[in-house]
Amino acid sequence: MATASPTELAASAPPSQIMEVAMGPQHPSTHGVFRMDVSLDGETVVKLKPVFGYLHRNHEKIAEKCSYLGSIPYTDRLDYICSLTNNWAYAMTVEKLAGLVPPERAEYIRVILSELTRLINHSALAGFLLQDMGALGTPLMYAFREREKILDLFESLTGARMMCNYMRFGGCRCDLPPGWIEQVRRLVSDFPKFLDEFEALLTGNEILQARTEGVGVLPAPLAVNAGVTGPMLRASGVNYDIRKVDQYGVYGRFQFRVPLGERGDVFDRYMIRILEMRESLKILEQALRDIPGGPIMDPKAKLRNLRPKAGEAYGRIEGPKGELGFYLISDGGPNPYRYRVRPPSLINLTVLEDMCLGQTIADVVVILGSIDIVLGEVDR
Amino acid sequence: MIDEGLKSELRRQGIVATSMEELYNWGRKNSLWPLQFGLACCAIEMIATSMARFDIARFGAEVFRPSPRQADLMIVAGTVTKKMAPQIVRLYNQMPEPKYVIAMGVCAISGGPFKEGYNVLKGIDRYVPVDVHIPGCPPRPEALLQALMTLQEKIDRQHLTGEKRPRHLDPAAPSEFPIPKFGPHDLEPPNNPSLWQPPPMTRTE
Amino acid sequence: METLEQLKTRIVAAAPGAQVEIIPNGSPANQPSLLLDRDHARAVAQFLRDDSALAFDYASNATGVDWPEKIIKEKIKVKKTVDGVEKEVEEMCERKTPAYLEAVYHLYSMRLKHGPLIVRLRTENRTDRVSLPSLTPVWRSCEFQEREIFDLYGIVFEGHPDLRRILMWPEFTDFPMRKDYVEADDYEYEPTPHDDILAKAKKHFPAGAPV
Repeated sequence: MATASPTELAASAPPSQIMEVAMGPQHPSTHGVFRMDVSLDGETVVKLKPVFGYLHRNHEKIAEKCSYLGSIPYTDRLDYICSLTNNWAYAMTVEKLAGLVPPERAEYIRVILSELTRLINHSALAGFLLQDMGALGTPLMYAFREREKILDLFESLTGARMMCNYMRFGGCRCDLPPGWIEQVRRLVSDFPKFLDEFEALLTGNEILQARTEGVGVLPAPLAVNAGVTGPMLRASGVNYDIRKVDQYGVYGRFQFRVPLGERGDVFDRYMIRILEMRESLKILEQALRDIPGGPIMDPKAKLRNLRPKAGEAYGRIEGPKGELGFYLISDGGPNPYRYRVRPPSLINLTVLEDMCLGQTIADVVVILGSIDIVLGEVDR
Repeated sequence: MIDEGLKSELRRQGIVATSMEELYNWGRKNSLWPLQFGLACCAIEMIATSMARFDIARFGAEVFRPSPRQADLMIVAGTVTKKMAPQIVRLYNQMPEPKYVIAMGVCAISGGPFKEGYNVLKGIDRYVPVDVHIPGCPPRPEALLQALMTLQEKIDRQHLTGEKRPRHLDPAAPSEFPIPKFGPHDLEPPNNPSLWQPPPMTRTE
Repeated sequence: METLEQLKTRIVAAAPGAQVEIIPNGSPANQPSLLLDRDHARAVAQFLRDDSALAFDYASNATGVDWPEKIIKEKIKVKKTVDGVEKEVEEMCERKTPAYLEAVYHLYSMRLKHGPLIVRLRTENRTDRVSLPSLTPVWRSCEFQEREIFDLYGIVFEGHPDLRRILMWPEFTDFPMRKDYVEADDYEYEPTPHDDILAKAKKHFPAGAPV
């Protein structure tokens, strides 16, 4: 696919022929309030500028007024589909800042919940991507059926379906109820059947292949320079998974592979997510087998009135969308001096224009769906 | 109105007797078409409501229309920011009458947990009239279904003629509301005085 | 990865004239940072990206921080003559910390899988001299993040391809994340107000209303 620079493409079409379309902030591809100012020459995209800020909820400013503990519910609402991984990234950063170490059982629980979150995120993404392509909701129904089973597990553990608010600095909030591990084991043994059903429906489908192969190619050097992380980076062939690089938590103990793509197009990104779901199931089996007993909170941890020493810390995890990082500066008081979220979806959007140039407008929707953005994270 | 006993007797004979008002309201309430308009986290619960487990299709409302011209219910699901507020009012103006608004989630009712934000509009009822409010953060899908049923009961009670007729049958009532503009520090005006007055503050000692 | 001292000597060798300072970090996280001067920042950034032993090809995070002026009262010992005898006396002394805006970059290496290296750039003051060199030509991931720092803090990045507001609307004039930002009063209602919300709410009620 020829990707000329925007000026070349714009120069080749006479100015009277260029049509400027604003897609959004309310449009049927359900990614939230996101607007793209697209300049079209016929059906071909000549220029694309994303506009966001329609969900800018001032999370960072509010966090400067709240205590460290009081910001945890706000982290749930950042990437609202995967609330538990947001909690973990924030808890890990505060633990680095304050020098707390969670016990083993808490780390295993965190891994289990994080991999379950990865399952719901990737299956919801596959459903939404297919809906954007015109499948009108059927794959989404299948994906949400599995999502509801996992949300039931979250509700029995944390009390809420979506905004779980479960991790604390130094461990987890409460221990697993009896029988919870058995329910997760049952879900993990049933999940491959759903994945096989999903793949039988979709991966061999001609329409999916025709609409996604060769569309939205992202070359690897551009991906690295633009700071793209997560499944989008690995679809371009770069082997960088923070679970393997930093080995935070107890990820160093699990055997799992990192799927890599070859061409960096939309089909690769879709397949990477399906393969990552299978790897998550492997990690879950190992974690459920090895989870030890013991306490779930660090005995040195002090939740209320936590005043870490003056200094700063940056902590990051491999969230389902990419690298989710938190940067905290403490001045010794009960509230953070500076609280910053490094949003994966925002950085992944940097290359949206490069991927869409020269494609048709119908491809723009598919490419945006494959980046997997959540506006709560982009705008904070 | 017709006597209930007479009605059921006629039904048994195969004759349905009803009034224009009941028929009109029955048709309207059982086919409310929502506008596909999710802003934030509550949108995911709204999507979950339309999925197989909670099934909003039972209420006739599973066709989420992408265009405001074809919708008659706007479910404002999620935080309304000041940057987004003019677009919401514009979309509301574009919907044809009769139109209803459900404010889903505490963010749409009054700003919610983000109430102290400089970019957060503290409730969509500052610019647009709201029929049903659903508290919750996010409200469960069952709560959204209950709100839909409450709205259906409200529609059921509406009269076709007379003093208490609804807005869409009253030519004097406004159906479009002024759109706020972006100012250098805040939206102008910060609220619509004909729709929203600051609630009186009282303290009991 | 090398220690920061070794890194500092190599940077000064590669980009002559650069002034690099190591800023320690008080927390247990053990993440000290390098403070670069404004004129050589882009040359240093290119060295960090292109050097084969460092290969910092991935700028993960770009943050803005606001450090307003703080007045610190300290007791210091001063030699003074009291009643003809020279003694050491304790005196209260005030000193002001400088006021500036800061941009902090976190760098990692995807090829060699090490990091983080933290790099800081500071402006001269918070009022009129608020420009910094943009690192977007070196790492494209800074593009949206530097726009956000411009939007919320007011730091002007020279060399940025498209510097305009990203999160707030274009007609907005304030810089909301600064510590001295005062929000516009749009009557934030709370049923049981107290402290500053009560003070702000009282302005909206006619005199004599029961409060």
